[in-house]
This record gives sequence, structure tokens and C-alpha cells, in this order.
Amino acid sequence: MSSSRILISGNEAVGEGAIKAGCRFYAGYPITPQNELTAYMAKRLPEVGGVFIQAESELAAINMVLGASAAGARAMTTSSSPGISLMQEAISYMAGMELPAVIVNIMRGGPGLGNIAGAQGDYFQATKGGGHGDYRLIVLAPSCVQEMADFTQKAFYLAFKYKNPVMVLADGYLGQMMEPAEIKEFNFEDDSPSWRLDGAEGREPRLFRSLYLPVEDLEGLNIRLQKKYTEMRREETWREYYTEDAEALLVAYGTCARVCREVVRLGREEGRKWGLFQPITLWPYPERRLKELGRKVSKVLVVEMSSGQMVEDVRRILGEEKVGFYGRMGGALPVKEEIWKKLI
Amino acid sequence: MREEIIVAGFGGQGILFAGKLLTWAGLIEGKKVTCIPSYGAEMRGGTANCHVIISTQEISSPVVDNPTLLIVLNEQSLEKFLPRLREGGALVYNSSLIEKEITRKDVEIFSVPANELAEELGHTLLANMIILGALAYYKKVVELESLIKCLPNLLVGKEKFIEPNTRALRRGYEFARDKR
Amino acid sequence: MEKIDMKPLYRIPQTLRYVPTHYCPGCGHGILHRVVAEVIDELGIRGKTIGIAPVGCAVIAYKYLDIDMMEAPHGRPPAVATGIKRVRPEKIVFTYQGDGDLLAIGMGELIHTALRGENITIIFINNSLYGMTGGQMAPTTLLGQITATTPYGRRIKEEGYPLDIMKTLSQFPGVAYLARGAITHPREVRKIKRYVKKAFQCQMEGKGFSLVEVLSPCPINLRKEPLEAMKWVEENLAKNFPPGEYKEL
Ligand SMILES: Cc1ncc(C[n+]2csc(CCOP(=O)(O)OP(=O)(O)O)c2C)c(N)n1
Ligand code: SF4
Repeated sequence: MSSSRILISGNEAVGEGAIKAGCRFYAGYPITPQNELTAYMAKRLPEVGGVFIQAESELAAINMVLGASAAGARAMTTSSSPGISLMQEAISYMAGMELPAVIVNIMRGGPGLGNIAGAQGDYFQATKGGGHGDYRLIVLAPSCVQEMADFTQKAFYLAFKYKNPVMVLADGYLGQMMEPAEIKEFNFEDDSPSWRLDGAEGREPRLFRSLYLPVEDLEGLNIRLQKKYTEMRREETWREYYTEDAEALLVAYGTCARVCREVVRLGREEGRKWGLFQPITLWPYPERRLKELGRKVSKVLVVEMSSGQMVEDVRRILGEEKVGFYGRMGGALPVKEEIWKKLI
Repeated sequence: MREEIIVAGFGGQGILFAGKLLTWAGLIEGKKVTCIPSYGAEMRGGTANCHVIISTQEISSPVVDNPTLLIVLNEQSLEKFLPRLREGGALVYNSSLIEKEITRKDVEIFSVPANELAEELGHTLLANMIILGALAYYKKVVELESLIKCLPNLLVGKEKFIEPNTRALRRGYEFARDKR
Repeated sequence: MEKIDMKPLYRIPQTLRYVPTHYCPGCGHGILHRVVAEVIDELGIRGKTIGIAPVGCAVIAYKYLDIDMMEAPHGRPPAVATGIKRVRPEKIVFTYQGDGDLLAIGMGELIHTALRGENITIIFINNSLYGMTGGQMAPTTLLGQITATTPYGRRIKEEGYPLDIMKTLSQFPGVAYLARGAITHPREVRKIKRYVKKAFQCQMEGKGFSLVEVLSPCPINLRKEPLEAMKWVEENLAKNFPPGEYKEL
């Protein structure tokens, strides 16, 4: 075991991961269950010469990030469900202007004010648009504290690679829980000097906009964006657990994937051929691999902390008949025994 | 091996600190560990608790519904969590603040006058460490030395507290040993 | 037998439900709830008053106030109150909001509701920080004050200045009544009650927008004993935000 592993909460791991990936701008507004993250950035960013702003609202926070991003900073904001809802308009603007940023949603129970327990009810919002217009975000779903840091770093990389906002979608349990993790420096080059707003001294002025009044111009932007989104599909990422000979396949992400992994392990101890498919990118959804696996198994069960959102994607890919669903709502965790019952 | 632990008391008793220390100790002993605190609105009204899992196998959910080990520092928490303690589990409680008689017969029970012992060392705030020290003797979830070794991890910038906390851990351990 | 004349010294207002509180020991919210309840009783308006709870520690104020109430998204109570009041102008409509809810995320709604001279009442509880989420900086956090998000103390260069909303609102012609009290002493609490009553009366007379600010202790997040916290309010918060009546049309 490496001695550089420390005990750290998921929220703080996001913060430290971001800083070690070069994040130097953070704006956020307090909301449970991600408050430790905002407090962490308040303390840490000044230590590394970065900017921390407690915004007066999530509306302001995301628009500050929009500005910082246009100025070339590696910028991040984090929130939880209700706050992420408030950010949707500006996220759509960033997609339209092709600006990189990392947005972290530590989901809680909804709808409305809901509660502060962890939940997965924002899958649709994150993967199907959320805001207005035809745009896409890459969405990464960690399932342990180590991944909270790693995927935040990867999110920065992808955001700059595609000049597009990237979302890390985790739930309150992952934000709050402490686990061992090792948070490493994550270096990458970005080409922001070639596009950022830093004064037109000695060069042509630059402009970021999403307003294109002539229909053909806006259509042109959309065609270009869609082409980029097609390229982004290359980033499909997933994880498999005992899938080689699986006869029944669980599909889950985040905290649910942890619970499912245990079910698979317990099942294997009894000689049951169960496996787990865990999407890491929720958009682009790892369709090809899921389709392959789906052909080989006789049964698929999707487990979510929602009324059934990801299951719609899985059914789209594998068809209605094969795919069962088990979900808990309102911040409740899936129960191992219930998953077991549905599998046998 | 798998211990599912709830540490509970009121805010200001160092509940999360105790939970984290326990978790750290498990970590350096090479176990899989998780720790999740109660948070937000749950803290209004003054109670605090945290869930710790120490296991030789991968841990799925960090949330503990029915603990195998319950550590409580005040009466309110005892009332809330004792019914959830698993049959055959163990309870370690602060008898300085809990006068109630404990009626469950299907669990192991260890009482520690943590506040009094802590006061003898100069501060009631050390009651949490007294309890953990005693626990290290009674249940051996983690070794006393591991707990001591991890204190500096939690007291960065507050190094002057390492010594009194160490003493309190040892005092709790000795209390349990001598009482047996 | 000798007849003893027993006068109750303490009575629970009809508008206040007899239920255990979720507020921390020494919190000012409970006191202010009682003040509001007493005023509603005394004005005899329990049956025609509608309250809007904020998002903050008072998010479940409806558990305590025995009147028609509803929840609003964080910071939006003045807009929600506007909607209710325009549909039911004969009712008494008030919001109950913290400094984060009212002055940070809800600043836009506050300013425009006041500019419209909307005939509603705002009960504004200022505890100098965000209580519910664990003691972060609020617009009313004092310079130098340490909070969860100002670990180095509030600095002018970074976080700017605290907001005295009385100064802002007193300029608006649509604002009819403004006052500020402090939960520091029973004598001061009686003053708060007078202000709250005047604010409601102002609304009943159709004079326009009214707001009462109440400086209040949050012992948990100030990390002080209840009495110390109250003293801190008196010696620090009230020095920066002087109590008194600021406007009366
Ligand atoms: C859109 C949105 N953002 C953030 C939150 C989280 N939140 C809940 S209460 C609160 C602050 C409350 O502070 P204040 O208004 O000062 O009231 P207090 O708790 O101090 O009484 C915040 C930020 C939320 N519920 N919704
Ligand atoms: S956190 Fe502060 S404002 Fe909230 S209930 Fe506790 S004392 Fe009151």
C-alpha cells in the first residue's frame, strides 16, 4: 500500500484534484451536501495564488466561471441539484461559445428543495441537455473518493481538449464519505493562449458569442458543434466487473455501482454468474460495449437512486424485454437483498 | 473481518474527530475503510454522529444501518442508536453522561466514565479519546498504537494537541485493562 | 376556601404551535417566531395572514407558525409573496428570510419588490452568516469575521464590504416602513415586537413595502456559548448595524 494515500472526503478530493490539475479559479455558493468543497477551495486557492469567490448565487457563480474561462483560466464551479438547475442557462451559453469549464454536481434528493441525502435524480438533466438548445456535455460519474479526484482532473483535460463544459456527476454519499486516496499532480498543455481574451495588443480582436441572427449562421454553428459532439463520442469509458462469463448483468454508476459490485462478489461466492457494467462517461454513453455484453447475457438489471433515468438509455440500447429495473428515490440507498432477489 | 461502527454524541464532543481517527488507524493497518459524517440539517439541535466501516474486503455503501459496534457519548444518542445495534454486537458508552440502565442482553456492553477520566487529564474534551483507547483494549478493532500513530494526520497545524490526545488514548486503554 | 386569583404569566400564542424546536440552543429564530406569532394574535389576523418560509434554518417555519404558509426557492420569497398578494390583496402577506436568502441570492427580488412598493412585509433575520449550510460568509458578515468560507477573515480586497440594507432601501419611495432590532435583551425584543406590529399595520393600511431587520445570535456557527453569542451581537453586529426605526411614511 502506498504511504501517500490519505484519508480524505470526496468533496475535498474534488477540490485537491482540481488544484493539482491547474484549476486557479473557483466560484461557488454554499449548498449541502457539497459545502466542504467550497470551504476547501476558500482555504486552498489563495495558497496556490488562485482566485476563490463566494458568489451571491449559483447564477452569479456560473457566470463568473464563464468569464474566467473566456480569460483562459482553468475554472470550476460546484454545487448540488437545486444550484445546478440555476446554472443551466449559462451552461448552455458556454456550450454555444465553446468555452471549457468543469461543473461538479453532488446530487441530492429532489424534486424541489428535496433533501440533502445522496441521489441520482439529475441524470436526465446532466446527459440530455439540462439547459436550452442543442448541446452536449461530457458527463463523468465517479464511484469512490479516488475517482472523485481523478475524474475531476480528467474533466479539466477533456474540457480544454474539446472546448466544452464537462460535468462530474456524483451523489451526496460520495461527496461526504471519506476514503483513502492519493491525489497526484496532473499536468497537461492547453492551447488557451490562442483563443483567450487577454487584450488585442498586437493581434486581431477576439470574440466569444452564441448569438447568430441569420438562420444559416446559427445552423452553421450547430453543424460544427454536432460534429464536435460526434468526435466526443470517442471518449466513451466504462468499467467491467466479472463480465467475461456473466449470464446476468447489472448496470449501475456512482454509489449504486459500489453496491452492485458487492452483490456480484457475493453472488460469485455462491457460484452465480453475475457481472457488472459500470459506465464512467454517462454522456457519451458506452453504447457499443454495452450492446456486445447485452447480447451475451440473458438478463440485465439497471440499479439507480432514481425512478429510472439511465434505464431509458439502457433500454434504448438493449431493447425493452431484457432490461429490468430496481430504483430507490428520495435519497434512499439500494438494498443488496432486493437486488439479489431481482437477479435470481 | 468487517466492523460497522456508529460513533455518536453531541456536537462539540469530537465525534467526527474520533470517527476519523478510527478510520485512519484502520487504513494504516492495511484495511479497507470508509467514514461518513452526519451533516447539514441533521446537525441542528446539537447531535452528531458518523459511520465508520473497517473491513478486509471492499466496502460498498458507506452508510451503516445496523452497526456491529456502537460508541456513544451521550444519552440522546444511546436512545437513538441502541435499538439498531446488531445482535451479538458491542456497545461502548460514556457512563459519565449516561445514567440509564441498559437493558439489552444480546450485546456486549462496556461502560467507560470517559468525562471523569478526561477531567483527570485536564479536559473533558478528551473524553472521545478515552473511549477510543478503551475500545482498543476491549474490541481490538484497531491497535492502540495505530490510533496514536495517526493523531498527527488529524492535527496538522495543531501539533500541541497530539500529546494530550495521546495521553487520553493511553489512559482509556489502561482503564479498560485494569478493570478487566 | 380562599379564592386565589391565578393569572398566567406565560401563554403560548395561538399562532405558535406547541411543538419541540429544531433550532439550536440559544438561537434567535425561536424568539423571533414567537414575536411574529404574538403580533399576528394581537392584530387578530391569524385567519388572513399568509407566510412564506425561506431556504435557511427557518425553512420549516411552517412547523411552528399556525397559519397558511408556503415554501419558496432559495431567495425568491419576495417574488412569491408578490404573486400571492396580487391575487389576494386583502390578505396580509409576509416573508421570513435570512441574510443569505434575502441579501445574497435574493437581492434582485428584494430590490425590485421594494422598488415596486409591493404591499408586503419582510421579516429579515440577520445572524451575520449562513446558518443552515454550516456558517459561511453572508453579505452581512463583518470585516475580519472568520467563517467557513472566509478562513482568513473577511477582507475588503477579496470579499468587499458588509451590506447595511437600511441605507439602500430607505432611498426607495415605495418603501413605507423600515426598522431594525436586535435580540440582545428582553427590552430589545419588546422593541422588535413594536416594529413588527407597525410593519404589519402599515401593510394593513395599504401604505406599501415594509421590512424589519432583526440582528440575531447563531451560537453554533459563531462557536460561542448562547450568552456569549448574544453579547457578540450586541457588541459587534449592533455596532455595525445600529438598531432603530429608519423610515416611516
Ligand atoms: C439554489 C440553492 N442554493 C443553495 C441552497 C443551500 N442553502 C440552503 S440554506 C442556505 C443559506 C441560508 O442562510 P441564511 O439565509 O443566512 O439563513 P440562516 O440559515 O442563517 O437562518 C443555502 C445557501 C439551496 N437550498 N438552494
Ligand atoms: S445554525 Fe444558527 S441560525 Fe441555524 S438554528 Fe442553529 S443557531 Fe439558529
